[in-house]
Amino acid sequence: MNGPRVSPTRGLTAIDGAMALIVLLLVVQMWLLSATLDAYLAGHGDAALPGAVISGVLFLACGGLCLFVIRLEKLRRVGGAVDSGSSP
Amino acid sequence: MKPEKPTETSPDQGAGTGDRPLWREEFSIYKADERYVSRRQLTKFLTLTSLAMFAGNAWILVKSWLRSRVTYPERAIARAGEIPVDGVKLFEYPGPEDQCILVRTSEDRYVAFSQKCTHLSCAVYYSPAHHRIECPCHEGYFSIEDGSVLQGPPTRPLPRVVLERRGTDLVAIRMEAEREAR
Repeated sequence: MNGPRVSPTRGLTAIDGAMALIVLLLVVQMWLLSATLDAYLAGHGDAALPGAVISGVLFLACGGLCLFVIRLEKLRRVGGAVDSGSSP
Repeated sequence: MKPEKPTETSPDQGAGTGDRPLWREEFSIYKADERYVSRRQLTKFLTLTSLAMFAGNAWILVKSWLRSRVTYPERAIARAGEIPVDGVKLFEYPGPEDQCILVRTSEDRYVAFSQKCTHLSCAVYYSPAHHRIECPCHEGYFSIEDGSVLQGPPTRPLPRVVLERRGTDLVAIRMEAEREAR
């Protein structure tokens, strides 16, 4: 064995959890964008800066989760969890 | 019999993870691999969507900064007494594509607003019978006093044009946002 093993089932569960979290963050980001746009069109330009900062933080969180998913998949490959030739 | 995964690859097959070429990571013949690939691709797509949301917010921030630097020209838009009471005059302010509406509400009172409805940008008109500004598209009504929403789908008031009387001229000075108008 040349690395940590990741069981296919647990790996998929972790990835599904990460994806669910990303979707949740996306919904928050969409709401944030619409609220900031509405405030901007109403003349409240001071909401733009906190909106952009929070949106950036949410994007970084999504990026982190994406990297987590990619890393998990790589771990599974390199680690040799290869008993995956059959269908579920 | 299960197919065995390849362990060797030629140098011209690309740089994939471990000992597999890159293309095999994306187009695996194994069903379990395919589940991972589809999830990874969806995750990347979601992350790109998140980036697009962030770009939208950043765009609003830039527009907000640019708007705060805008200076409005002072322009004579009408002469006092040029239009009758409850009469209307259309003009462009601050740019040539920004239609506005000037209303004489009483003998010596004039108000002016942007003519774009804040709902879907239909052209609004003044209704002397109801003493309000109306949008014909979705029946949004605005107060003639301050442009605030009286009824209908619009959620924001009409931007107001600040007027100043200089002799016999009515001069537009600047546009007022919602917060300032209240």
